[in-house]
Amino acid sequence: MSDVAIKHDEHRDDIGAKLGMWLFIFTELLLFGGLFLVYAVYRNIYPEDFHLGALQLNVTLGTLNTIVLLVSSMTVAMSITAIQKGNSKLSMRLVLLTLLLACVFLVNKYFEWGAKFEHDLYPGSDLVLQFKRGSIIFFGLYFFMTGLHMFHVIVGMVVLMVLWFKLKNTTINKDDHVLLENGGLYWHLVDLIWIFLFPLLYLVT
Amino acid sequence: MSNHDTEKQHITPYWVYGLILVILLACTFISVDVVHYDLKAWSVGIALGIACIKGTLVLAYFMHLKFDNVLFKILVAAVIMLFVSFILLTFVDYLYR
Repeated sequence: MSDVAIKHDEHRDDIGAKLGMWLFIFTELLLFGGLFLVYAVYRNIYPEDFHLGALQLNVTLGTLNTIVLLVSSMTVAMSITAIQKGNSKLSMRLVLLTLLLACVFLVNKYFEWGAKFEHDLYPGSDLVLQFKRGSIIFFGLYFFMTGLHMFHVIVGMVVLMVLWFKLKNTTINKDDHVLLENGGLYWHLVDLIWIFLFPLLYLVT
Repeated sequence: MSNHDTEKQHITPYWVYGLILVILLACTFISVDVVHYDLKAWSVGIALGIACIKGTLVLAYFMHLKFDNVLFKILVAAVIMLFVSFILLTFVDYLYR
């Protein structure tokens, strides 16, 4: 270890950088947490209406998207192992694979939401307004929560693209990869939120 | 290299991530399958319980919390407790007002 002590590099605070990312993640968790709270309260008041609303959701597409997000979470985690081992080529491929899976998620979401709109199931549609109060709230929450989550997926895709370019021009490298770790944390957050959204909206029927 | 690089850096082997993914997928299939049994009130509890297990695995392994600075573990635990207290306080209000 004596030879490594000679080199001096620029000041860097990896723990501080990660702490900042975690603080941001906490604000995100509480943002969705508030929505989960709204969901819990209204589900408690209108259990039958929520049941009827949830029956309209496509469990197959929801499950498929869960699998896609879980796999993408693994690939971005593996990209950190790859860069730690000095294999930036593999790391870039894994980030790209994550990006591709994010696209698959969005395509699925397009078909899922598209079918809902086709059947006039969207907040404020003539059909939904005829539903009972609880089902109207259910569809409002469904579109708002999955929509906000989808927005996070899109932001995550931009983050992943930035990570790919930073890996390409070696700004992220074997010795300095906290940016990749933080970008990865954001993507895991997207996965984490979906882990709770999926059973609450699709499965609790 | 300065201190931050010489600190013990934990490199998670690829197979660990693979194993965690397999467990997460198994949990997903279980929670999808469990819906088909008529468990009444239990179904919500089971679905949420499985989601909590999945969330813990993602936090511990994918988000590297298990091998990270103890400060992050404490903070995450504090935020989870804060959220749980929000839920409890809200429901105490709704159920007993």
